[in-house]
Amino acid sequence: MTKIKSLADLKKMKEDFQSKIALREKSEKPEGRVLIKVAMATCGIASGAKQVMEFLIDELDKRNIDAIVSQTGCMGYCYAEPTVEVTLPGKEPVVFGYVDEAKADSIIEKYIKNGELLEGIIPVNYETID
Amino acid sequence: MAKFNMHMLVCGGTGCRASASDMLYENLKKEVKAHGLEETVQVVTTGCFGFCEKGPIVKIIPDNTFYVSVSPEDAGIIVSEHAVKGRKVEKLLYRDPVKKEQIPDSKHMGFYKKQIRIALRNCGLIDPENIDEYLAADGYEALGKVLAEMTPEQAIQEMIDSGLRGRGGGGFPTGIKWQIASKVAADQKYVVCNADEGDPGAFMDRSILEGDPHSVLEAMIINGYCIGATKGLIYIRAEYPLAIHRLKIAIQQAREYGLLGDDILGSGFHFDVEIRYGAGAFVCGEETALIHSMEGERGEPTFKPPFPAQSGYLGKPTNVNNVETFANIPVIYNKGARWFAGIGTEKSKGTKVFALAGKINNVGLIEVPMGITLREVIFEIGGGIKDGKKFKAVQTGGPSGGCLTEKHLDTPIDFDNLLAAGSMMGSGGMIVMDEDDCMVAVAKFYLDFTVEESCGKCSPCRIGNKRLYELLDKVTKGQAGREDLDNLRNLSHVIKDTSLCGLGQTSPNPVLSTMDNFLDEYVAHIEEHRCPSGVCKDLIRYEIIPENCVGCTACARNCPVNCIAGERKQLHVIDQSLCIKCGACMEKCKFNAVTII
Repeated sequence: MTKIKSLADLKKMKEDFQSKIALREKSEKPEGRVLIKVAMATCGIASGAKQVMEFLIDELDKRNIDAIVSQTGCMGYCYAEPTVEVTLPGKEPVVFGYVDEAKADSIIEKYIKNGELLEGIIPVNYETID
Repeated sequence: MAKFNMHMLVCGGTGCRASASDMLYENLKKEVKAHGLEETVQVVTTGCFGFCEKGPIVKIIPDNTFYVSVSPEDAGIIVSEHAVKGRKVEKLLYRDPVKKEQIPDSKHMGFYKKQIRIALRNCGLIDPENIDEYLAADGYEALGKVLAEMTPEQAIQEMIDSGLRGRGGGGFPTGIKWQIASKVAADQKYVVCNADEGDPGAFMDRSILEGDPHSVLEAMIINGYCIGATKGLIYIRAEYPLAIHRLKIAIQQAREYGLLGDDILGSGFHFDVEIRYGAGAFVCGEETALIHSMEGERGEPTFKPPFPAQSGYLGKPTNVNNVETFANIPVIYNKGARWFAGIGTEKSKGTKVFALAGKINNVGLIEVPMGITLREVIFEIGGGIKDGKKFKAVQTGGPSGGCLTEKHLDTPIDFDNLLAAGSMMGSGGMIVMDEDDCMVAVAKFYLDFTVEESCGKCSPCRIGNKRLYELLDKVTKGQAGREDLDNLRNLSHVIKDTSLCGLGQTSPNPVLSTMDNFLDEYVAHIEEHRCPSGVCKDLIRYEIIPENCVGCTACARNCPVNCIAGERKQLHVIDQSLCIKCGACMEKCKFNAVTII
C-alpha cells in the first residue's frame, strides 16, 4: 500500500475515495445499486446482526439483486437491534429495526423489489454534521 | 404488482399511540382506499420519532412533509389534499416555536437538532474496518491540517478556544490539560486513551471504538504533536473484544498509509500507538490507577499531585483523555474552535453522548447538545417511560452520580448544573427509574457495586463503603432505627471527604441524593417496615385476593417452592412461612389475583 506523504496527497485520496464510493453506488447502470448497511456493533451482533448480514448477502445474490452490503457501527437504536439501513437508488435511506431472517426476507421482497415499506420502520431522529 | 410512489409514515411510538395514532393509521388506510390510491400510496406505522410532545406525527415521503398533532379526523384532508392534489395541509405543518413559521420539510425542523452527532458522526455511516471510508468522510484531514499549518502552541490554543471538556466524567478542560503536559520538559512523553469504560449502563466509548476507531487514533496523533509525545497507548478493557479487534485493524491500516509511524504526512513528526488491556476494574478508569495498571502494577490510585501531566506512565509526562473526548477532536480542527464553541452552554461546549437505559421506551445511544433538558431527553428522544408508568428518577453518572427527580426535569444538562443538582455528568450513563423502583434498593445496588470495585487501598473507601452498605441493608430489611438515617448521612460525608480517589469521593452520592429526594421512602422502611414500591423482599408479602381468584391453579403450578395450596376452582392460599417472594405467582396469574402487601 502506498503511504500518504502530505496533506495534498491526503485530500486527493479523499476525493478519489469519494468518487469511487459514488461510482460504486451508482455502478454502470443508470438505475444504480441498492445499498445496505448492517449495524454491527456489539449490541447488534448480540441480537443476531451477523446472521442477518450473511442471510442478506446470500439471498440478494441468489435472487439476482445488485446490492452492496456493508457493515457499520452502532446507529444508536439499541432497543430495536438488529438494525439495517437500506438505500434504494435515488431514495432517502430507510432504517429497519428488529431484523431477523424473516424480516430480512420481507425487506428484500417488499421494499427492495417493490418499494413497499414494512410496518415499524425507524425514523432517523438525529442530525449529522456535514 | 403495487409500485408505491408515496409513503405515509404514522408514528406508532407509545406517546403517539396514546393520542390515537392507531386510529389515525386506520383512517388513513380507509381514505387511501376510498380514493383508489392503494396501489400507489402506502400507509405504514413507524417507531418513535422522538417528538412525542407534538404527536401524533405523520411524515410523508418522498417530499419529507412533516405533520404534527394530527387527529384521526385529519386523515381525510391529508389524503384528499396531499396525496390527490399534491398540496400540503398548512394547518398541520410544524410551526417553528421561535419564528412561528410553518416548516414544510423535516430537514429544517428544530427538533432534529435535538440530536447532533459529532462524536458519533461516523457510527452507523462508515465501515469501521475500512480506512478508505474514513478518509472519504474527511478522515485524517484534521491531522494533516494541524501538522502542515499549525504549531503545537496554535493547535493547543485552538483546543482551549473550543471549550471542550473531558467526557470521561471529570469535565476538565482538554486544552488546558494539553497545555500543562506540553510545558513539562522530558525526553519522552505519552498520550493515553482511556477506554476503560466502567460505569454500569454506559457504552458510548465502546460504540465509538466499534463504529469509528480511526477518529480516536487521529485525535491521539494530534494530541501527541501538541504535547511533544511520540507514543500513544490505548488502555481498553479486555471485555471489549470487538472494539479491540477493530482498533487493531485501524492501527494496522493507519500504519500502512503512513499515518502512524515515521514522518507522518511529510511533517517529520513520528508517532505510534499500542494497545494495553485492562481486566475491567472500575477503579482503573481513574487516571493514576490506569497508569499503574499499564505499568504492570496493581490498579490502585495514588495521590495527586503529581498529576500525570508531570509524572505519569513510567514517570514521564502523560496526557490521559477519554475515548469520547478524542472522538470530538478531529471535528474541532476541521470545523474550527468557534463552530464548536457555538454549540452548548456557556461553560459546557459541544455535545454529550448519553446511554439511555432502564425504564424508558427508546433504550439507546443519543448525542445531544449540552444544555438540553432532562425532559427533552427522556420524554421526547427517549419516548417516555415504559408501559405508561410514572417517571420517578433518573440516575446520571452511574455509581458515582446521583438521582435526579421530577423537579430537575427542566434543568439544562451541563457539567455544572448536574453537580449543583447533586449528581454529575460522569461518562453519560442515564438510568431511568419509574414508580416501581425502590430508591433505597437502588442506592444499595450501587453501593454493592462500589464495595465490589473498591481497590482497598484507603480505609474510608474499603471499610466505610462496606459499613454504608450494611446500613442500607438494614434499612431494606426493616431492621434500621431512626438514628441510622443520621449514621448514613454522617458516614457518607466522611467517606466523601477522606477517600483517596474519585471512586470513594463519589461512591456515597447515590445514598445522599436518594436521601435528599426520597427521604419518605427511607422513613417508610424504617418506621413502618414498609417498602412503598414493593421491592424489598423482607418487607413485602404476596397475598391472593379472594374475590379475584378463580382457582385456575396457575400460581400453584408455577411456584418453585410449592407453597401455594388450593384445589381446582377453589380459592388458593400462599403459605407465608415457605414463600421465597420470587413473584412467579404474580407473573403467571391472569386474573390480577396476586398482590403485594
